[in-house]
Amino acid sequence: MVGDVGDLYQALADHTRRLILDELTERDGQTLFEICGRLATKHRVGSSRQAISQHLDVLEAAGLVVTRRQGRYKFHHLDTRPLRAVTERWLRSAAPTQENP
Amino acid sequence: MRINLTSVYVDDQDKALRFYTEVLGFVPKTDVPTGEYRWLTVVSPDAPDGVELLLEPDAHPAAKAFKEALAADGIPLTQFAVDDVAAEHDRLRSLGVLFTQEPVDMGPVTTAVFDDTCGNLIQIAQYR
Repeated sequence: MVGDVGDLYQALADHTRRLILDELTERDGQTLFEICGRLATKHRVGSSRQAISQHLDVLEAAGLVVTRRQGRYKFHHLDTRPLRAVTERWLRSAAPTQENP
Repeated sequence: MRINLTSVYVDDQDKALRFYTEVLGFVPKTDVPTGEYRWLTVVSPDAPDGVELLLEPDAHPAAKAFKEALAADGIPLTQFAVDDVAAEHDRLRSLGVLFTQEPVDMGPVTTAVFDDTCGNLIQIAQYR
């Protein structure tokens, strides 16, 4: 898991990628078109569709976004499980004797 | 110059006519045999002399590739205006229409995107 979290922090370091996660939190399961529309109209993100697609690739590589094919369509889903690595690393005060896995 | 016609590329004209009239509520305007296919248009009942929508066969091989690429990314081919996206979404969904985007408030416009069963995604929009 430690080897993966570098990607996680890089994925979270970018403002646009955090906005994508915000929008997927608001509603999970979106097409690329919907994500682009939300970023453009709600957040004034002027990036190209290709740029947004590359951001999604980074989020997917970090395990934060999972894609699902349904028929002819591709939907993007939020997966917050990798964020547990962050909380388990520093927010363990409730269980101080627990060993780091 | 004015826009009098626009097209959607459909996989089957009979099926398209049914969907665009019985489900969406457009009305037939022109239906003329043109060899293998028909010159088949529908219009909005609110604007019978307005822009016609041509239900154009997607027989050209490039058309199918184009449609598949758009659909994969959830991109609608065209947009229709409605007074109330939420109400129209509920009405269409009750008729079994599949939405790839539920109604979303995007500033001056609320939009939703559905599958026209003929290979296209269509956006409905409500402007304020």
